[in-house]
Amino acid sequence: MGKLFAVVVVLIAIASAIPIVLHWYPMAPDISAHGHLIDEQMADTMVEAGFAFLAAQFILGFFVFRFADRKDPGKIRTFPGGAKVMVAAAVILVGTEVLALGILGQRAWAGQYFSPPSADAMTIQTQAGQFAFYFRYPGPDGKLGPQHPDKVNEGTQNYFGLDPQNDVESRDDVVTAELGIPVNKEIRLLMHSKDLGHSFYVRELRVQQDFVPGLDLMVHFTATKPGRYEIVCTQLCGLGHYNMKAYLNVMSQEDFNAWMKQKISEQ
Amino acid sequence: MSDVDSTHAVAHHAPPQGFIRKHIFSLDHKVIGLQYYGLGLVAVFIAIFLSWLMRIHLVWPNSRIPGLHLLSSAGAPGDVMTPEYYLSILTMHGTLMVFFVLTNAPFAAFGNYFLPIQIGAEDMAFPRFNMMSFWTTFVAFCVLISAFFIPDGPPISGWTAYAPLSAVGGAAGPGLAYGQTLWAISIGIFCIASLLGALNFIATTLDLRAKGMTMMRMPLCTWAWFITSCIALLAFAVLLPACVLLCLDRLAGTSFFISSGLVINDQVLPHSGGSTLLWQHMFWFFGHPEVYIAILPAAGIVSHILINSLRRPLLSHKVVIGSMLAIAFLSYVVWGHHMFISGMNPFSSLAFSFPTLIITIPATILTLIWVGSIYGSRLRITSASLFALGFISLFVSGGVSGFFLAQPSIDIYLHATYFVVGHFHLVMGVAAVFGIFAGTYFWFPKMTGHMMNETLGKIHFWGTFIGAYCIFMPFHYLGMIGNVRRYSTFVDDYLQPYLGVHKFITFAALTTGAFQLIFLVNLIYSRFKGPKAPVNPWECTSLEWTVPSPPPWDNFGGVHPVVYHDPYQYGIESSTGDYVMQTDPANIVVERDEK
Repeated sequence: MGKLFAVVVVLIAIASAIPIVLHWYPMAPDISAHGHLIDEQMADTMVEAGFAFLAAQFILGFFVFRFADRKDPGKIRTFPGGAKVMVAAAVILVGTEVLALGILGQRAWAGQYFSPPSADAMTIQTQAGQFAFYFRYPGPDGKLGPQHPDKVNEGTQNYFGLDPQNDVESRDDVVTAELGIPVNKEIRLLMHSKDLGHSFYVRELRVQQDFVPGLDLMVHFTATKPGRYEIVCTQLCGLGHYNMKAYLNVMSQEDFNAWMKQKISEQ
Repeated sequence: MSDVDSTHAVAHHAPPQGFIRKHIFSLDHKVIGLQYYGLGLVAVFIAIFLSWLMRIHLVWPNSRIPGLHLLSSAGAPGDVMTPEYYLSILTMHGTLMVFFVLTNAPFAAFGNYFLPIQIGAEDMAFPRFNMMSFWTTFVAFCVLISAFFIPDGPPISGWTAYAPLSAVGGAAGPGLAYGQTLWAISIGIFCIASLLGALNFIATTLDLRAKGMTMMRMPLCTWAWFITSCIALLAFAVLLPACVLLCLDRLAGTSFFISSGLVINDQVLPHSGGSTLLWQHMFWFFGHPEVYIAILPAAGIVSHILINSLRRPLLSHKVVIGSMLAIAFLSYVVWGHHMFISGMNPFSSLAFSFPTLIITIPATILTLIWVGSIYGSRLRITSASLFALGFISLFVSGGVSGFFLAQPSIDIYLHATYFVVGHFHLVMGVAAVFGIFAGTYFWFPKMTGHMMNETLGKIHFWGTFIGAYCIFMPFHYLGMIGNVRRYSTFVDDYLQPYLGVHKFITFAALTTGAFQLIFLVNLIYSRFKGPKAPVNPWECTSLEWTVPSPPPWDNFGGVHPVVYHDPYQYGIESSTGDYVMQTDPANIVVERDEK
């Protein structure tokens, strides 16, 4: 039965690797300026983790095949070099791999989180609440009006709790249910939670960031391909969590201008 | 060694009299161990049943599950599960599995039963505390399960109970009024029980070792239980106040986890000044060590069984202990890797990423020592050793996906996807469960006095081993395409082509779950009809195999065992075979690779 175990382990390892090697389950196509760094990191990690996975399973299988249920139980032998070799292998091979991955991986993270958006980035606010996203554009004055939680009213569609009567900056704010952005333009997305924890995830954009109640955060990104992409919530937020989504609409600058004009007329 | 207490063998308690003191409120660590095991068994079958319900609902969301309305008329009107009841079941599945199965079975159950015997003690250091630990855990279990039977049902916030969803009360959704309170109280009680248990394990290991049983002569599973109890002592000590604060937020109107200006149903909540991230930090400060509370005892049990099956010691006893200690230490400095995209300072993500990556080094050392020790051995294949070998395979498979998730940049894409679900199920769930199964097949003869059926055991192994891979490998692939977890149905367009994969997983889960019934049948049948177990059926060297099967109430029948050897004297020539018991005074010289 040891031989059967060995064969099954090796077959499981091969079967597990096939869908990866043949790209049966590709990552969503990248449409962001920064995403290639994440994708490269993913590919590098896949090679190293895949090698470790296959090597470990094959060696386990081989040793079990060779030494299980021996008909002629010879003298016990010890792996040449013993524990020292194992420790050295783990520290040198895995240590190097881990350091390399760790250091290389910081580029992608740093690009996303340590560098501020450029000065001409376009500011948009998104607000998450059970179970919808809304988006707010500052309008011609370039300023988002202040939010007043007590003014929030779903019935009158005042999702952000704006008070245009008293706040001049709020008067020209444009509120939408879809995130329309121009292609190849850096976006500075301010994130506000109305009620609970939510998350903003666009697979194609390689952006995922939690909304933290009481803590307004910012992410920035540049979309490089026009199209319509799903924005989904990935932080468990209640019974409608599975259905909490919106769309990211990446358009040419002209299309965006026309889209914005239409949204202004709908306010 | 002078640190061995030779006066330990005083009777801690008299022989139990009567049914209640023998089997229910027993002070005997062996009975308490079996009680923990029984509770884990009940919990695991409930949790498997819940996972079946989840898997069926995921691929056939509108299907009727006959009789489901009996469980909850609101959650399953007309026997069709609602999306919110899916979340209730998800919460209960995770909570039962993590706390009442993965913490209870490999650590509290086997540890209670075998730690005192393996070190030559008559009982735990504090038998009354020990009894209290179990019955407190039992109360925690009852409080948690009672959430099924209250009108608003179990909470829908997942086993991580992220605030403020878990803190703001019933306004945020079903299960969040009374169900969530019961959850927080249950876990708080569980923490108290675990703290008592951990203290007891530590005191027993340090104080009650038999003459000659130095620390380095303890078997690897005893080491694992000892290290785990140190982890548990520090981890549950943080989860307990977290649960207390959560209860205060819910019941007393405090605002530890709720910030100001939150609006639900157009009403501004009367809270201010709390921090959402505080809950996450406290929870994961416990939550990450908890992973090792589940996996280290399994690693110890597997080491113990593997050595016995290989008929040789591992390449190094000390390196295995050192690796487990390193993992235990590192487990406290990596909790932030659960929070890369939570909104905490992005610099701290890097600080948490490096130790997370470094933890792969001791984990790799452990794996290489196990695998390298198979070389040149005389591996005996039994149900127990098959599960031990399966554990190694799963530990590797679940471990390598950690490479991805340990890196914040990749986590941006994979966080909250099925990749994470596949990762933690393989490494912390299934691998730890394989440790439990290996321990069961190995120690059942000692615990009950009967042998288990090996044929059924091997059928159970093959079904579970192949089944586990069929369920959890595809989870990784679904994560690669960005399939988000904790969704009760997949309404997103891009997921439609992959529903076939989900159906495959559901079939695999139903089949693998059914294979567990073979295990249950084997347990019950062998308990009553299995052949009588000899004292030492596996030709094992440690102390539990020197006493009758099952051992008498005081373990060693009033005799004080004396230990002469390191725990694993296999692969030598002696009058008894290829091994020498730890208590055998035979003067042997065993060649070791490292000293």
